[in-house]
Amino acid sequence: MPGLGASFGRGAATSFQQDLANSDVILIMGSNMAEAHPVGFRWPMRARENGGTIIHVDPRFSRTSACADHYVQIRAGSDIAFLGGIIHQILENDWCFKEYMLAYTNAVTIVAEGFADTEDLNGIFSGYQEKKREYEAGKGHWAYEDSTASKEKVEGASGPPDQGPGGVGKAGAGGREESEASHGMHGPALMGGASHHHSKRSETTDAPSGNIPSDPTLQHPRCVYQLLKKHYARYTPKAVAEICGCTPEQVVKVARLLAENSGRERTGAVVYAVGWTQHTTGVQMIRAAGIIQMLLGNIGRPGGGIMAMRGHCSIQGSTDIPTLYDLLPGYLTQPSAEKTHETLDGYCTYEGLPTGYWSNYKKFVVSLLKAWYGDAATKKNDFHFDWLPRLDGDYSQLPFFKQMAEGKVEGYMIFGQNPAQGGPNAGLHRAGLRKLKWLVVADWFETETATFWKNDPKGPQPEEIDTEVFMIPAAGIAEKEGSFTNTQRLIQWHDKAIDPPGDCRSDLWFVYNLGKRLKRMYEHSTEEKDAPMKHLTWDYDYDEHPRLPDGSLSRIEGEPDANKVLKEVNGYDLTKADEKTGKQKLLSGFADCKDDGTTSCGCWIYSGVFPEQDRNRAREREPSSDNYTHPNWAYAWPKNRRIMYNRASADPQGKPWSERKKYLWWDEGKKKWTGLDVPDFEPEKEPTYRPKKGAEGMDAIGGADPFIMKPDGKGWIFSPAAKDGPFPVHYEPVESPFRNPLYKQVDNPATRYFEGPLNEICHAPSEEYPVIACTFRLTEHYLSGPMSRFNSWLNELQPEMFAEISPQLAMEKGIEHGEWMVVKSPRGEIEARAMVTRRLRPLVVQGRTVHQIGLPFHWGYAGEVVGSQANDLTSLVADPNVSMHEGKVFVCEVRPGRLPPNMRARATQPVASRPSGGPAPDTAPQAQAEGREQ
Amino acid sequence: MTVKLPIFEKIVEDIREELENFPNAFPPRRTAAPDPAKQRAGLQDGQPVMGFLTDATLCIGCKACEVACKQWNQLPADGNNFTGNSYDNTGHLSETTWRHVAFKEKIGGAIGDMMGAGPTAGSWLMLSDVCKHCEDAPCLKSCPTGSLVYNPFGDVYVQPDICNGCGYCISACPFGVLGRSEEDGHAKKCTLCFDRQADAHVPACAKSCPTESIKFGPVEELRAYAEKRVAILRERGHTKAYTYGADSVGAYGRLNAFFILEDHPNEYNLPEEPRQPNRGQTTRYMLGSLAALALTGLAAALFSSKSRR
Repeated sequence: MPGLGASFGRGAATSFQQDLANSDVILIMGSNMAEAHPVGFRWPMRARENGGTIIHVDPRFSRTSACADHYVQIRAGSDIAFLGGIIHQILENDWCFKEYMLAYTNAVTIVAEGFADTEDLNGIFSGYQEKKREYEAGKGHWAYEDSTASKEKVEGASGPPDQGPGGVGKAGAGGREESEASHGMHGPALMGGASHHHSKRSETTDAPSGNIPSDPTLQHPRCVYQLLKKHYARYTPKAVAEICGCTPEQVVKVARLLAENSGRERTGAVVYAVGWTQHTTGVQMIRAAGIIQMLLGNIGRPGGGIMAMRGHCSIQGSTDIPTLYDLLPGYLTQPSAEKTHETLDGYCTYEGLPTGYWSNYKKFVVSLLKAWYGDAATKKNDFHFDWLPRLDGDYSQLPFFKQMAEGKVEGYMIFGQNPAQGGPNAGLHRAGLRKLKWLVVADWFETETATFWKNDPKGPQPEEIDTEVFMIPAAGIAEKEGSFTNTQRLIQWHDKAIDPPGDCRSDLWFVYNLGKRLKRMYEHSTEEKDAPMKHLTWDYDYDEHPRLPDGSLSRIEGEPDANKVLKEVNGYDLTKADEKTGKQKLLSGFADCKDDGTTSCGCWIYSGVFPEQDRNRAREREPSSDNYTHPNWAYAWPKNRRIMYNRASADPQGKPWSERKKYLWWDEGKKKWTGLDVPDFEPEKEPTYRPKKGAEGMDAIGGADPFIMKPDGKGWIFSPAAKDGPFPVHYEPVESPFRNPLYKQVDNPATRYFEGPLNEICHAPSEEYPVIACTFRLTEHYLSGPMSRFNSWLNELQPEMFAEISPQLAMEKGIEHGEWMVVKSPRGEIEARAMVTRRLRPLVVQGRTVHQIGLPFHWGYAGEVVGSQANDLTSLVADPNVSMHEGKVFVCEVRPGRLPPNMRARATQPVASRPSGGPAPDTAPQAQAEGREQ
Repeated sequence: MTVKLPIFEKIVEDIREELENFPNAFPPRRTAAPDPAKQRAGLQDGQPVMGFLTDATLCIGCKACEVACKQWNQLPADGNNFTGNSYDNTGHLSETTWRHVAFKEKIGGAIGDMMGAGPTAGSWLMLSDVCKHCEDAPCLKSCPTGSLVYNPFGDVYVQPDICNGCGYCISACPFGVLGRSEEDGHAKKCTLCFDRQADAHVPACAKSCPTESIKFGPVEELRAYAEKRVAILRERGHTKAYTYGADSVGAYGRLNAFFILEDHPNEYNLPEEPRQPNRGQTTRYMLGSLAALALTGLAAALFSSKSRR
């Protein structure tokens, strides 16, 4: 979630869901929270019970809208215009929380003259390289004014080669957005964007707070506040309404509700999910929300913040300890062959920052190398930094599958993912799978990905496909132990209840034993290139054979001890033994990490989760009677902080902004920060502390600078960390029936395309595709369906693929409610039942009526209930920051009728009236699931 | 004639009611109906009557209650039928569906009009329906075998080993709760998780409800809570909020599983005024007897006049 990283420093939800109950207003936008996160939705509901107001802004009236106090319908993909309208209203009416904004954000900071706004350049910022379709943010284009340099120096070549003062920090402790489709899709921008520009991230970030030219009166024409004002001057309610298809009054009303519920006494929160991220402008939508929250003073405070709702149980975890090609655990950059990454020191200087928390970069990298290579990693050999693979290209999912379709990939292993159904332009994903030599799918059921060779109604005959497919039966959640990291960074352990049936094994078992076999193959190799595999730490065997909760021995052989994995992730002090057990001493937190090889740590941000040999904090479940943050209920990274940047919940002097919104404050008597949460700040740094000139590391962060991951300690309203501009701009989606009324530039100029015969894009408004489509989720199914479409109890609740359309469109096209209709996009055609409903209505945009339809994306050709796949219609494009596709808006045409019979999906699983079958084989009666005892 | 006989007035009133309620005429009862008061007297010391309060103003339509109920009670799925009736593909309560979430789209005009016009200006009503566990349950009264009883928690319970599958209870229920299982022929309905309660657990649906729309507890406490809750809702602008079944509805007794609604009961598939099909039964017997007597008399008169000829 670089949108958050670019604004605040860490790419993760700033708050926790329970805290939404304290919000006075909640803006839910780009999220269908009641349907996609029904359990978490209890907290907004509680906020409503407490007198708060819920606003839902969405193209579709969903179950979330039904629970909201106010609903605004907008055109899919016009979110930045709407948010820009809110920013415009806040600035126009002076609704900012001034004290907060002046003290904690870079609103006062003066930007160097090299910056040119979209207002000046008709829709693009300075620094755009048309040939490369990307921005060169450096060379002073998006830079802070340099306090020391002369004007020429800032503008000229002698200026920073890349980011400019205060430029790109480790802005995004990143995060990829949740999406079936997006595994592995993200760009280096996760970390703030610097690596994109192939140059040093820290070059010019030596301008800590106090040293950057600023204007607290906000009058300077180049101060961020004035630039922002100018940038959004044309986002008037009327202009916004023209773009979004809502009314001007609605824009004003939402802005007023947000503003009225912010300030010293009140706070508001923003909730988003993939409705924002799955756009080519998604990162900037989140940025726009960040700007609103900074202007209104809602970050780091109870009831405030931005909640990024992740769509998988551990999608946050899968970016923290990444399945991503370009990141090392803890958002450290994967070394690249194209950058100054030959030596450890070079890499650390290049990727680290002299000021702020990232000044500890080397400690984390060295500890990681010690965790991976153990004794083989020594100071003398640079901890074998040379063993880490170097990046030489983009291996994120979208380009990777495109390469696969071109026959350039030999084999693929898939765990818990279903790209043949859930990938954007799933047809292209299946074409890729057909070109593989081998494919391994580990899952509970034979998913679309596992059966693409025989069941794809749109694919060739099985004999024409050469791919050898291996299906590995995976263990279910209760059949293995391990941890989830949820949407609010909470690491939660789950125990194993029973053994998995038959040959099913946990993913951990599979990977561990695969690793063991690979290591055996390399055991006797003397070649240098095989050394990393030989020396890789790979010892997670149980000390004694594991037992089930009932005391009986587990039937499974070779299961690794997940506790040992989490211990390695937490890290060890390699010089000491644990006093109680005599085993290796564990680190108590990432502050203990050292760069001399005396500590190991598999993922620094998680350090502290396993502080003692017999204390797994992720497994703790102790509710607190007097603290609603429940600090002993599981463990939230970093350092068990529930609200990040919580220094901002107190005023610059360290006093709570108000009694009502008290959270963290400075205790003058004890000389430390105290309150309901772990301070996201140096615990004993006085509010009055001001850094000396040239201060380094955390010393460069002042006592009133809450955003410690930023080199200047401020929240970034103006942020060069996103690759497509320091301010969010309204661009039309890649596929839109409209031109951009604000600028000559229609769509995001930095969008990446992967065009080809399998991935046609409709660039210009077209009569062939006049309808806007938007994909969405239902409560009753889970993503691409492997966990729900094999369950009769869920299938009966939503048995068939449908499309939500307005009565007007239905009448126009002759489509009848409940009957079949065909939806066609440039990528293909699907069929669906027509759900004609007044919950959707045509919008008037730029004086023209436009229709929107909603498509749930849960069905496919595998499972008990089958149907056409919405993702056969979506396109493969990538936003510049995280390579995210644009599944949430594309163009289509609709007509009544069905697809030809040979194109329809056929059920592959017999329908069982009850999902639970007989007793699990090879499992003791007492360990059987409920209802399976006999 | 100036003499007023209360019994006649009652008969007249009952007849009027019967005529209005004609479709609900129900089969004769063979055993004496258990008196609810007596049943409750059988509750253990200090055991209050347990029930549900289902609050439609908190329902988000997630159907977790439906699934949790089916899973706990191991009820079969009803098949995959797309109804097109909003998001409700279940349709109604039945022998295999003991919780049912109803959806009602009430959206007029432009959706945008909803903005600022109050919470229900345009709305998508959702409500989780369930057996009402009536204080004076007609199903129980209609049961010829005594299978239907008040269990030790004061809830209406079908004893499967005693049920003979006659189906009288099905037609007796004014809410359409009961159904007869195709598997074993017995009448089935919500047990208010008798088994879970016996182990001091909250019923599966209430446990799974993420927004506490389904509340479980002693009915008297729930009624007190509901009263306060409705007052709060009204204060907050939900002026139409009211309880359904907390008090007797017309002549119908109180419900131990009752509701907070904010629209007309019919919008949620609930009868505006449920009827006790056995009400007026005495009258019907008397009328029947009277008619028989009258006919006999008439016949006798006819025959006697003939014989005189």
